[in-house]
Amino acid sequence: MSAAEPQGRRPRRLTIGRIGVYAFLATSALFFLLPLWIMIVTSLKPMEEIRLGNILALPAAMTFDAWIKAWSSACTGLECNGISVGFWNSVRILIPSVILSIVAGAVNGYALSFWRVKGANVMFGILLLGAFIPYQVFLYPLVRIFSLTGVYNSLLCIVLVHVIFGLPTMTLLFRNYYAGLPLELFKAARIDGGGFWSIFFRVILPMSTPIIVVAAILQVTGIWNDFIFGLTFAGRQNLPMTVQLNNIVNSTQGERAYNVDMAATMLAALVPLVVYFVSGRWFVRGIAAGAVKG
Amino acid sequence: MSTVSVRDVRVAFEAVQVFDGLSLDIDEGEFIVLLGPSGCGKSTLLNAIAGLLDVAEGQIWINGKNVTWEEPKDRGIAMVFQSYALYPRMSVRENMSFGLKMAKTPKPEIEKRVTRAAELLQIVPLLDRRPDQLSGGQRQRVAIGRALVRDAAVFLFDEPLSNLDAKLRNELRVEIKRLHARLGKTTMVYVTHDQIEAMTLADRIVVMREQKIQQIGTPDEIYHRPANLFVAGFVGSPQMNFIKGRIENTGEGLSFLASDRRLSLSHYPFATTPVPGQEVVLGIRPEHLEISSVGIWPGFTVDIVEPMGADTVIWCSDALGSLQVRTTGSRKAARGESMTLHVEPNAISLFSADTGDRL
Repeated sequence: MSAAEPQGRRPRRLTIGRIGVYAFLATSALFFLLPLWIMIVTSLKPMEEIRLGNILALPAAMTFDAWIKAWSSACTGLECNGISVGFWNSVRILIPSVILSIVAGAVNGYALSFWRVKGANVMFGILLLGAFIPYQVFLYPLVRIFSLTGVYNSLLCIVLVHVIFGLPTMTLLFRNYYAGLPLELFKAARIDGGGFWSIFFRVILPMSTPIIVVAAILQVTGIWNDFIFGLTFAGRQNLPMTVQLNNIVNSTQGERAYNVDMAATMLAALVPLVVYFVSGRWFVRGIAAGAVKG
Repeated sequence: MSTVSVRDVRVAFEAVQVFDGLSLDIDEGEFIVLLGPSGCGKSTLLNAIAGLLDVAEGQIWINGKNVTWEEPKDRGIAMVFQSYALYPRMSVRENMSFGLKMAKTPKPEIEKRVTRAAELLQIVPLLDRRPDQLSGGQRQRVAIGRALVRDAAVFLFDEPLSNLDAKLRNELRVEIKRLHARLGKTTMVYVTHDQIEAMTLADRIVVMREQKIQQIGTPDEIYHRPANLFVAGFVGSPQMNFIKGRIENTGEGLSFLASDRRLSLSHYPFATTPVPGQEVVLGIRPEHLEISSVGIWPGFTVDIVEPMGADTVIWCSDALGSLQVRTTGSRKAARGESMTLHVEPNAISLFSADTGDRL
């Protein structure tokens, strides 16, 4: 060891503590990646190979049969049309639900943060309270209300449910984002003669791109992954993919087709997975935006 | 006739009452500056005039019309904000024409007015840029331009220069003054906490503190005849010197007495007849103290010297405390040097020690 005169960049040394940290990080990464690995590998194997039990091994004879079967001919109870039916159902539920809940949240957040509606804080408090009551509490009353009004078991019904339950989060998200915009901007628009809607569409909405992306990510993943609302409100012919997946996995007769189950699961997880990969940066930003200001 | 008239206005913020029946009349073409420390209510008053804040009581008149219940856009006002408040997703041209578009003004007319305002403010080359491509000074110029195209009778400025650096602030300050002169009959109401802006721009200054108007007057009146201790201390830099003492009746008339320092008040224009023995505060501006061998107050020593280029501020202290003396920049002084001060007797202000009001 030479006692060198400290100069320039401080030297970096690999300490035991640091090695420990890296080891821990690597283990954690492996722990979370392992299920995905098993899913992908298994779904690409034929059943003979799966029976051998080497669940971590790469497939010897790679085949996409399981994926094709899962998509188009796996049985979900009595019908055997694969999970594709559920996929398209989910898409049909997802698109209107996401758009409507974001629009409702944006307008709500805008009104709450800029227009100082009378009793706005009380209203917002009640809305947030709604977010903390467990969903299960709402199920039966909602079923009664919807069946009374005759919309129960329909696409409209499930979309309505998603919009209603998305409202607290969406409102909070947009309200907090708008609270960060300068109030003077709104005042300037008022002096320029803008009304409620013209200020919203011409001034506020063009500035909302980041938060709309975040809201879309939250809603797409949330609604796509929903199981209980879909099962309860969508009706037989609109069952979303998650419910269909459950049916496929649970309704097999005889030998369990692990490769088909895994392929179907991967297919069901595809949309959120793509959303996470494409938008990771935005997603983190959105969560932070929601967390910092309250 | 006054263009803007605020009559007995009260504003209620949730539970807090602001303004205890505040009234103010502003003449046509006048440049009024609302001056005061933060939280004094000057911005609240401006927002109430603009209609961005509902008044709880009282009336607001603009151009001979009661606009108390009118929307901001219908009040014939234009406003410039501290944070510029430009619409970030619009070009400069769109920013300036937004209000006219909202008012359904015909296109050629919009074009004409935007061009005229842009030429006046020399921002024609910036018209197609976005606000984020502009510097702070350019942004504020655009914000002024946006106000200009409205052809309003009254301009409201809410601390428009506070976000700019010192050099730009000076430039734009002059430009605003020039603009006011060129527009002729446009009334301007300008909120600031900067006394230099207030002194240089205003026809009349309204000094406010804790939701109350302290004094309304020309910059000259505010500076030389402050109505109370607060105004005297708030306006002027370096600050006015204050000396506590009392009024005595000596043989040759009334005198101010603080310890053994004495000043004849025989020429002081008292507003109210003073009582001998009354506790008072004497206010004297640093430039009205003079270092002189024939001074009337000997026995000071130099405490600190602050050279500022054009002039030098010398802190002279004695047993009663420190006094700031403003001298020419060429005056040199050393710490510890002893000084004799001369007081300009016509330039002093006297305040009641109890109420702080001018005597």
